[in-house]
Amino acid sequence: MSDFFNEMFQSGSVRPPYARLEDWVSAMPAALRSLKQAEAEALFRRIGITFAVYGEGGDPDRLIPFDMFPRVFSAMEWHRLERGVKQRARALNAFLADVYGRAEIIKAGRIPGHLVWGNEAFEKAVVGFLPPKSVFSHVVGIDLVRTGPDTFFVLEDNCRTPSGVSYMLENREIMMRMFPELFQQNRIEPVEQYPELLRRTLASVAPHKCEGDPCVVILTPGHYNSAYYEHSFLADLMGVELVEGQDLFVDGEFVWMRTTEGPRRVDVIYRRVDDAFLDPLCFRPDSMLGVPGLMDVYRSGGVSICSAPGAGVADDKAVYTHVPEMVRFYLGEEPILQNVPTWQCAKPDERRHVLENLSEMVVKEVHGSGGYGMLVGPKATREQIDAFRSRITAAPHNYIAQPTLALSTVPTFVEEGIAPRHVDLRPYCLVGERIELVPGGLTRVALTEGSLVVNSSQGGGVKDTWVLAG
Amino acid sequence: MKLLVRHESVYRYDSPVRGVVQSHRLTPARYDGQQVLDWSVQVSGGQMGGGFQDGAGDWVQAWTIPGPVSEITVTVQGNVDTVDLTGVLRGYRERIAPAVYLRHTPATIPDAALTELAQGGPEGDALALAHTLAEAVADAIAYRPGVTHAHTTAAEALALGEGVCQDHTHALIACARMRGMPARYVSGYLHADADGQEHEAAHAWAEIHVGDLGWVGFDAPNRCCPDERYIRLGSGLDARDAAPIRGIARGNGTEDLDVTVAVVAQQQ
Repeated sequence: MSDFFNEMFQSGSVRPPYARLEDWVSAMPAALRSLKQAEAEALFRRIGITFAVYGEGGDPDRLIPFDMFPRVFSAMEWHRLERGVKQRARALNAFLADVYGRAEIIKAGRIPGHLVWGNEAFEKAVVGFLPPKSVFSHVVGIDLVRTGPDTFFVLEDNCRTPSGVSYMLENREIMMRMFPELFQQNRIEPVEQYPELLRRTLASVAPHKCEGDPCVVILTPGHYNSAYYEHSFLADLMGVELVEGQDLFVDGEFVWMRTTEGPRRVDVIYRRVDDAFLDPLCFRPDSMLGVPGLMDVYRSGGVSICSAPGAGVADDKAVYTHVPEMVRFYLGEEPILQNVPTWQCAKPDERRHVLENLSEMVVKEVHGSGGYGMLVGPKATREQIDAFRSRITAAPHNYIAQPTLALSTVPTFVEEGIAPRHVDLRPYCLVGERIELVPGGLTRVALTEGSLVVNSSQGGGVKDTWVLAG
Repeated sequence: MKLLVRHESVYRYDSPVRGVVQSHRLTPARYDGQQVLDWSVQVSGGQMGGGFQDGAGDWVQAWTIPGPVSEITVTVQGNVDTVDLTGVLRGYRERIAPAVYLRHTPATIPDAALTELAQGGPEGDALALAHTLAEAVADAIAYRPGVTHAHTTAAEALALGEGVCQDHTHALIACARMRGMPARYVSGYLHADADGQEHEAAHAWAEIHVGDLGWVGFDAPNRCCPDERYIRLGSGLDARDAAPIRGIARGNGTEDLDVTVAVVAQQQ
């Protein structure tokens, strides 16, 4: 374990952000701890926050394990992260406005055109359309890992509709209910303003045809979707309507919502539905989830769609490699957050390197998500490695590879007591007229000893994430 | 050549529907080969929605038709002045990069036979290669109406060896894309000559991006490049993407569509 950066303990002493947690833990007897853990679980069940995982089978209402031991950042640490996350969110949005506009970054030879124009997520239908305030991705979820006191890497960007923010809010709520004294002993920055900030962000990108106070709605695929809980939770806290495709219709130049008092015009749609299902007239004709004619209203300035259709081309794993270049090209700045070195299996030289070092690498599918279709070399069996070798050789452009990172650890309650477990972090950056980052995010923790996979679908849990006031 | 177009689409529903949403690409855009003198689109009982020029340079116009409605007539009428540019799309304004048109859609996914058809032809001369592919498609698929339908794929039409302009166009763009040339589906009108040949007045052909020349049209079944008899309406990755009228009805009525198109040359 000494190879990994422990965020609480360093060479026998407690790092300052965790100072007050040491007393809290030592004063908590094992019996109380298991009582509290049961209480937390009951609270989660009562609130109804569960997360179904596609393709896993089993109980769809499975609870994601909540670990009570918080993850803590000092004001200084957060300050740097915040600058890095906002910088990246600005660059990603500038990239999207560019590739659907004049494509200067491609003309300048800084990103190969085929990565963008040949990309499945590149929407031909929105070329030449600039959304209000030039923003395509209004909620940017950036997955970060830490390997040292000052070393953070971006694992991936999520520019479409990153989920999980309800956990950030719920984890805090539950910690405050169960351990109010902790919030007196520590000066912890609040996160509860997130829903209101999200609402304001969305209202700030209302279309130019909107008059007066913009009407914002959340569009969900429905209650079979794994993140439905989050959609309804956010709608509730934001004070906006939660709608499905069938609740909306197009008439004339606008989109309308059916209400008991008659149709009401909708100005901004925070959609948690994929591009392909938004509008059967424009995209998949067999989609029942969307609103026929929505894209024509959008492209003629009658409604805003967040994230903008086509935003996915910025968070593709092959495009990811070029994000530091975007920061330099659009912002004229050096990237504050580093990318994980990434090998493209499509390139013969890099593929050779990957195939020779498979047992030390993490291999991912370019279009995969959620930890599916992934190889963690050091943890894999001979057979798994051989299987991946043939898959990469058969379809090299489907795979990228990265070195196995020494993810930092945070103390975590386990059966034997307290032990270090690996974590990552997803902050949620809001981009509208202003760019905002709530001090906190979702910390995911790999509960299995030694595991580096934090995905909830692979046995990961969550923690409350604290940012201490400066 | 001054061409007069009258294009009428009548949608009938066996039981009234609660409303219809349509998206039109029914207005020819200007380029050196065509100039619109006057043009009108009318939709019976329709309310005009948003309109905009899309990245491909086409004017897209949305319509909603409130229900209950059991019959809708879309009437297009206009005059266009055309010039023969031997297929070259000169002076056309658009924003989509040609490389976007390298991707296949379900209608153009190649199978072994299409891959075989796309072989041969001169390397290093894109224009000659495009002509060769167009000839190959015309030889492989005979013109015969009624054997294929709206959802027939390029591979299916090639297996049948028969089809209409939509099938030839899908097959040609599939072949061109396989050879690394961006290709797209164009919908439009064709003036039926008094040459005794059968033509489809509502027509479709392929555009292939040929190096410095840019986009060049190829009408495989007629073994020619579009000239002054052709009016270009809109383009897309395949027939569905380039459809002049896309629509969805709310309700359970079964739709029946009747289309009449007349393109006549005006005497000078």
